[in-house]
Amino acid sequence: MNKIGLIIKREYFTRVKKRSFIIMTFLGPLLLAAVYIIPILLALHGDNEKRTIAVVDQSHWFERQFTNTENQTFVRLDDISIDSTKKLIQEGVYDIALFIPETQLNIPSSAMVYSMKQVPMSVEDHIRDVMKNEIQVQKLLASGVDPDILESIKTSINLSVIRMDEEGGEKETFTEVQFILGMILAILIYMFIMLFGGQVMQGVTEEKSSRIVEVIVSSVKPFQLMMGKIIGVSLVALTQFLMWVLLTGAIYIGFSAAVGISHPEAISAGTVMSQQISSSNIMDNEAVQNVLNIVHSIDFGTVIISFIVFFLLGYLLYATMFAAIGSIVENNTDSQQFTLPVTVPLIIAMLSAIYVVNDPDSSLAVWMSMIPFTSPVVMMVRIPFGIPIWQVVVSALILVGTFIGMTWVASKIYRTGILMYGKKLSYKEIFKWLKY
Amino acid sequence: MKIEVTNVTKRYADHLALNNVSLQVPEQSIYGLLGPNGAGKTTLIRILNQITGPDTGQVLIDGKPLSPQHVERIGYLPEERGLYKKMKVGEQAIYLAQLKGIEKPEATKRLKSWFDRFEIGDWWNKAVEELSKGMQQKVQFITTVIHEPDILIFDEPFSGFDPINANLLKESILELRDKGATILLSTHNMSSVEELCDSISLINKGEKILEGKVSDIKRQHHTSTHEIVVHAEDPQPIMALTDDFNLKIEDGDTQDTLKITFIGESPNTLLHKVMELGSLVSYHEILPSMNDIFIQEVQSKNRQS
Repeated sequence: MNKIGLIIKREYFTRVKKRSFIIMTFLGPLLLAAVYIIPILLALHGDNEKRTIAVVDQSHWFERQFTNTENQTFVRLDDISIDSTKKLIQEGVYDIALFIPETQLNIPSSAMVYSMKQVPMSVEDHIRDVMKNEIQVQKLLASGVDPDILESIKTSINLSVIRMDEEGGEKETFTEVQFILGMILAILIYMFIMLFGGQVMQGVTEEKSSRIVEVIVSSVKPFQLMMGKIIGVSLVALTQFLMWVLLTGAIYIGFSAAVGISHPEAISAGTVMSQQISSSNIMDNEAVQNVLNIVHSIDFGTVIISFIVFFLLGYLLYATMFAAIGSIVENNTDSQQFTLPVTVPLIIAMLSAIYVVNDPDSSLAVWMSMIPFTSPVVMMVRIPFGIPIWQVVVSALILVGTFIGMTWVASKIYRTGILMYGKKLSYKEIFKWLKY
Repeated sequence: MKIEVTNVTKRYADHLALNNVSLQVPEQSIYGLLGPNGAGKTTLIRILNQITGPDTGQVLIDGKPLSPQHVERIGYLPEERGLYKKMKVGEQAIYLAQLKGIEKPEATKRLKSWFDRFEIGDWWNKAVEELSKGMQQKVQFITTVIHEPDILIFDEPFSGFDPINANLLKESILELRDKGATILLSTHNMSSVEELCDSISLINKGEKILEGKVSDIKRQHHTSTHEIVVHAEDPQPIMALTDDFNLKIEDGDTQDTLKITFIGESPNTLLHKVMELGSLVSYHEILPSMNDIFIQEVQSKNRQS
């Protein structure tokens, strides 16, 4: 067998057999699925408890406003004291009591809620909303505004953003979704590059500090050893990524089948629930339909392929640099001063992603997605928005070119570095190695 | 295979590691590469292993320039050596053998027999980090010779071995030579040089200062010192010779013996006289040890510069 093949094989199998790899592979999709599934479960088997809520309104402003809902029955009690109210709760006549104290002039803006148990957030929110609405209405009336006018100015704008192409095709776009997807992809690519680039560095340092490297380079060229390691680790990364995609899909389908609901319902239930948590607004059917449209509007094929391409190229570029760093240090704690300059461009890319995602066609975005050290991250932010194919190709080609150049530099440093022990190295010294 | 190093020079940024060094390593012999720390031995060894290249000069193997195809014909045990700590011993040995071009089934077969010989067969499935240093050294030695190379390069092979295992190693090295291997041995252990090496070269500060057969070198460095042990019941007549021959006389190891040290070209006249006065127990010329020669050569060279 080809020697570089042997090296790749060893690097790959020793890593995928590691417990940490196996745990990460299964834990990742589970965590991802949990984000999806828990809200759905909550929505399906959520808070069904029936509660009776006593309303003691000494101010008489809100008496009529509390109407019964599915799970909450409001009982109006005539003026009783705060102590008797508390007593009713202690005796278990009512689950919750709302006590609104009397005020002299103004509408009361405070109230007390008594209960023997923790009051659910949804109940609290409901009470607060009812009171707030009523106060607003009363204030408007006091300043002479008809509440009907207020109702009529509440308008919701349904903005359909349609992107056209040269052939006259039209496609509805959903910025929020592209925004989230772009950020997720950027974080994922950043994480993968740091994680697996770091593994290459550790591997090189391990070979150097365990002194096996001289034995190996008497059998294979240092360049073969370096590339074998980089390629082996890249295959580990791809395995992890594909396992995540597959497992997440499997968990999703398995879960849907288990709870016996079709996908759209599951999605909408999850979305509705998370919406409720954030703003307590309930989405209507139109919104559910929108979510489906959005999901269908994303070209997942393109996204996955470009993720793989840009991850691989970005990883290769950074992994060669990490390999060079791994070769010049003797243990992982020494690597700090050398890793910092390498990781800075990646961090800049991550920070700029926040701006790029807001305006993916700005000149900053275009340039950052062309500069090879930031392009893997920034390009992934832009791709969900749909960008000209030539930009993607040019960016990829620049990355390939830089990778080749960097490999040349890194292999020069690497082959000297791996056999250099017990010497404090400066950048000046390392620069000299390029001329050997 | 014969190794010829001709006029090799290697310069690093701040020093000259090898300065116009030429060596001849005869086929099927053990050749000692000696020199103080930092003399350039490791650089030369790395050039032979094609880990680095010479600036000028060349290396010929059986008359052909050193090339990548020779890699599989060379076995190298570096001074700075180690193994992957987390990997299993057997798995790792197979991997290293495969890197030298041996197919897996053949590698497994050969390794098993070497492991038995070195009594580490039970450790096949253990992780390297569980092994003692001596056992790791055995594994490293085995992986160096597993592909039955024509050229073997050992850099300090005995470090970390107890006397029993060091002996096992010596026997193995001699056996490998007898089977046809050309062996380059770099060590500071001079007694093993005397025991094993057929010829040596001494390198100091990047330059070769001495080369030749061990026996020839010893002869060249002889100090005309002779030791005579004689049995005589009456030591006085012999003691009387002290001034005439400029002798040093001590009591011998056994009763009624004298140990006479004589410095001079020919001991014949003295021997005649001594034999008339007592009975000769032994006579031999004292040749300097490799250790003495090493120190003497290096120090005189350093004094010159």
